[in-house]
Amino acid sequence: MLKTTGIAALGLALMASASYAADIKIGYVTTLTTPAAVLGNDMKDAVNLAVEHLDGKMAGKSVEIIFEDDGFKPEIGKQKTDKLVQQDDVPIVAGYIWSNVLLASAKSVFDAGKFLISSNAGPSQIAGKLCNANFFSTSWQNDQTPMAMGEVLNQQGVKSLYLLGPNYAAGKNMMTGVERTFKGEIKGKDLTKWPSQLDFSAELAKAKASGAEAIFVFYPGKAGGAFIKQYQQAGLKGELDLYSVFTVDAISLPKLQAAKLEGVLGSRLTQQWDPTLDNEANKKFVSSFREKYKRYPSFYAAQAYDTINLIASGVEAVGGDMSKTDELRAAMAKADYPSVRGKYTYGKNHMPIQNFYLREVVADDDGNWTTKVVKTVYENHVDPYVGECPLAK
Amino acid sequence: MTDTTSAQLNQHLRTPDLFGSASGRIITLVFMVILLCVPLAAHFLGVRLQLVSLDFITRILCLAIAAVSLNLILGFGGMISFGHAAYIGIGAYCVGIPAYHGYESGWLHFPLAIFASAAFALVTGAVSLRTKGVYFIMITMAFAQMGYYFFLSLDEYGGDDGLTIYSRSMFNIINIENKLVLFLVTYACLVASIYAVYRIVNSRFGMVVRGCQSNEARMKALGYNTYAYKLTAYVIAGGMCGLAGALLGNFTTFISPDMMGWSRSGELMFMVILGGTGSLFGPVFGAVTFVFIEELLSTFTTYWALPFGVLLVLSVLFIKGGLNGLIQRGWRRD
Amino acid sequence: MSTLFFIQFLNGLQLGVLLFLLAAGLTLVFGIMDFVNLAHGSLYMVGAFFCATLTFWTGSFVWAVLLAIPLTALVGLALEMGVIRHLYQRDHLDHVLATFGFILIADTLVHLIWGPEGIAIPLPEYLQGQVQILPGVIFPTFRLVIISCGLLVAFGLYWLIGRTRLGMLIRAGASNRTMVSALGIDIKTLFTAVFALGAVLAGLAGMLIAPITEATIGMGNDIIITAFVVIIVGGIGSMKGAFIGALIIGLIDTLGRSFLDDILKIFIPVNAAETAGPAISSMLIYLIMAGVLAFRPQGLFPPKVR
Repeated sequence: MLKTTGIAALGLALMASASYAADIKIGYVTTLTTPAAVLGNDMKDAVNLAVEHLDGKMAGKSVEIIFEDDGFKPEIGKQKTDKLVQQDDVPIVAGYIWSNVLLASAKSVFDAGKFLISSNAGPSQIAGKLCNANFFSTSWQNDQTPMAMGEVLNQQGVKSLYLLGPNYAAGKNMMTGVERTFKGEIKGKDLTKWPSQLDFSAELAKAKASGAEAIFVFYPGKAGGAFIKQYQQAGLKGELDLYSVFTVDAISLPKLQAAKLEGVLGSRLTQQWDPTLDNEANKKFVSSFREKYKRYPSFYAAQAYDTINLIASGVEAVGGDMSKTDELRAAMAKADYPSVRGKYTYGKNHMPIQNFYLREVVADDDGNWTTKVVKTVYENHVDPYVGECPLAK
Repeated sequence: MTDTTSAQLNQHLRTPDLFGSASGRIITLVFMVILLCVPLAAHFLGVRLQLVSLDFITRILCLAIAAVSLNLILGFGGMISFGHAAYIGIGAYCVGIPAYHGYESGWLHFPLAIFASAAFALVTGAVSLRTKGVYFIMITMAFAQMGYYFFLSLDEYGGDDGLTIYSRSMFNIINIENKLVLFLVTYACLVASIYAVYRIVNSRFGMVVRGCQSNEARMKALGYNTYAYKLTAYVIAGGMCGLAGALLGNFTTFISPDMMGWSRSGELMFMVILGGTGSLFGPVFGAVTFVFIEELLSTFTTYWALPFGVLLVLSVLFIKGGLNGLIQRGWRRD
Repeated sequence: MSTLFFIQFLNGLQLGVLLFLLAAGLTLVFGIMDFVNLAHGSLYMVGAFFCATLTFWTGSFVWAVLLAIPLTALVGLALEMGVIRHLYQRDHLDHVLATFGFILIADTLVHLIWGPEGIAIPLPEYLQGQVQILPGVIFPTFRLVIISCGLLVAFGLYWLIGRTRLGMLIRAGASNRTMVSALGIDIKTLFTAVFALGAVLAGLAGMLIAPITEATIGMGNDIIITAFVVIIVGGIGSMKGAFIGALIIGLIDTLGRSFLDDILKIFIPVNAAETAGPAISSMLIYLIMAGVLAFRPQGLFPPKVR
């Protein structure tokens, strides 16, 4: 019995290894299981859409994307990255929602001399001390978005603030970010267990008792929806104004709408992208995404879409010869592709230098909840860690 | 049928035939040779298949050492520890934390890992062994969870995010930065651990520990301080698992508190049960099968946990004596 | 400060009764069948998902809860009669492993059926708001509802176990299983009924927490370990123990989360305290459990005759 199972297993293993004869293979690590899979699936859809828009080809060669699931855990993310680098021998590994997964996986990619392109995570380390020429981001450095929010808070005349976020790499960066620019008083700060803690009753009570004017939160994924609900149930609207980054997005909004949590309408957030940004690439992306998947794309999707197009621009420049790594790197560093956020450039740490916008949650013409741009907070903003990066421009 | 009676008889012999039947012995040997040679062949022939790569097998070997150490107390001593993953974590952090501070010598890391794990086992074991049965299961889990939250609270060493090890332990005679060397070292450690367990369970000391499993009251009546014997076995198992942790930390070059969560302890237990408790090589069969199936299923579907869970339940319900039992009985169902 | 303490006390109480609902079923199954059910948390999750779907079908949260309760009971019955019944005779090790497998199965099935994203449950208007309990003490209505539900169930169980024939059998079963069956009681049916009751209580806990957090995959996996801590601290098989244990653990966890980091800041740097605070408060409950096991292994309130 066991013998036959063994033989069958070996057969299956060999089948698994016999991959399609695509010319250019790209690894893509994201979260496809656990509740966070909803973010990963949004990115996967966007990647597939981007490949479709390229007719499945870069520089005339066929493209295959190998998706791997990080299971929402740094350790598994690293294992999957190792597999992509060693077994599939992909020249580029992209994706990564979570800063801690990216930090765990980066060494494997760089040691193998391959490229790593982050579609979302932007931990401070990788922008500063641990920066690498083979790293590119199509998102942001974690501190930037909350820095923009700190600026907005100053402009709104907010005098005191309570900070709340999850206890992991990105959570800590977000807190640092807002503390960098916010000029008022920080009344208190709580870091909660990530990702298991979803009940914030104790923290909300503390925030309220602190006497702060407003609360700043960062809760990506499902925790965001849970936080917004509890914020509303605690009746804090009007008493403790809510300012958030990466907490309300195109994934949580339909759910909040279904649960009739009207409190979120009108709430404000900062971001480098919005579905209403007025440029050709964005219009094409948003309309075809909505047509194909019957929903608004999230910023995760927008960044994933950009990732594929950034790679395509590099591959075109080297005529599909992935062994020309220096040329490939130089081409991607120009960011010469139609990004959905509009034109941006790269700093020496290959973090985007880009605009940040203030967005507001509104209902669109059909009554679906989405966001629109209120104003530009920063133009061509540079991340604060680039000075620590030892690379030469 | 004769096999079972002889197996029962073996229970009462002074030196049980831990390798099982002659055919079982050959299968075991072949299996261990395959485990050594297939990844080596794949490495030198340049086969890029994850499932036979040096890296993948090295990970399995690390877990196999941990399972072998758990088997020493669970299989031979009847101590069902639901917190064995704690030692993996401690062992790994004993590599990571000194490396973080620039102390890269393996001569420091490995003894520290074994010593720290053994010390943790001594303290927690001294308390845990006062309890029995399901209380023992729960208290070992409680101590492991405390370890988990302890490392979680260390902001300096990454907390929840874990710690990347930028260079592996340095030895002046070998270079484990080379994955071939690391594989061979790990394999040697596995063989050494199995041999150590073999020697222990066949010593007078091991006899007492095994006696405690079948009838502790009788051992006490015979005048043995069973508590001390069991605690010693518990500490040895902890130290051995610390070695597995140090190897695993060196292999993954990334460590996080997740390595010692309760589900990890559950997985280790499962490897031991699947392979067959109280057999020398059972845990190795268990570890290989467990990780192999997990990896294979996850290659084919995102929903791999479903068939995997079904396999878990079925194997608990229907495979008695684990894989080792199947092998030793020569494929016959009886 | 005292207002904050009072509110945190209520928050701790709310977590406590939630833990009690989970622990009650766990302690019954553990105490009577001597069965370690790691998959108890999966019933908590299943209850939450049933309730979420039914809320959208019926348009009413209250109806959804009333309908989801018998559905969860059915799942419990099926599970008991299909597999778990065959495991009673095995040792604890097999229980742990088989139910570990169930957790994987349940999580993936929920992923397949409901998708990965989880469901937010809308509450009716009258449960959505807040109440002023004392001057300056404003508390979300729904959290009060959870506390009252939990206390009501606790009282109901007290009556069921202390005053009914079923309760008598349960008490007898917890003290001496063999004797009960020797007396000619249909132990099989009793076990099935108890398991289903435990499933309902776990499901109810899931239904109550889901409108606050969300119905999500794996929501039971963390809380089930805490529920085990509760029953160990309280004493396996003891309903009173489960109740008091749950309140102790709920309060310690919540108060630890709210005040420990401030206390730690006196001794260690602020940033380190922010990280260490929540972790140490989580550690605290395991410390209590280990302490109880070491010095009073039968728990604080063990069932009377054992």
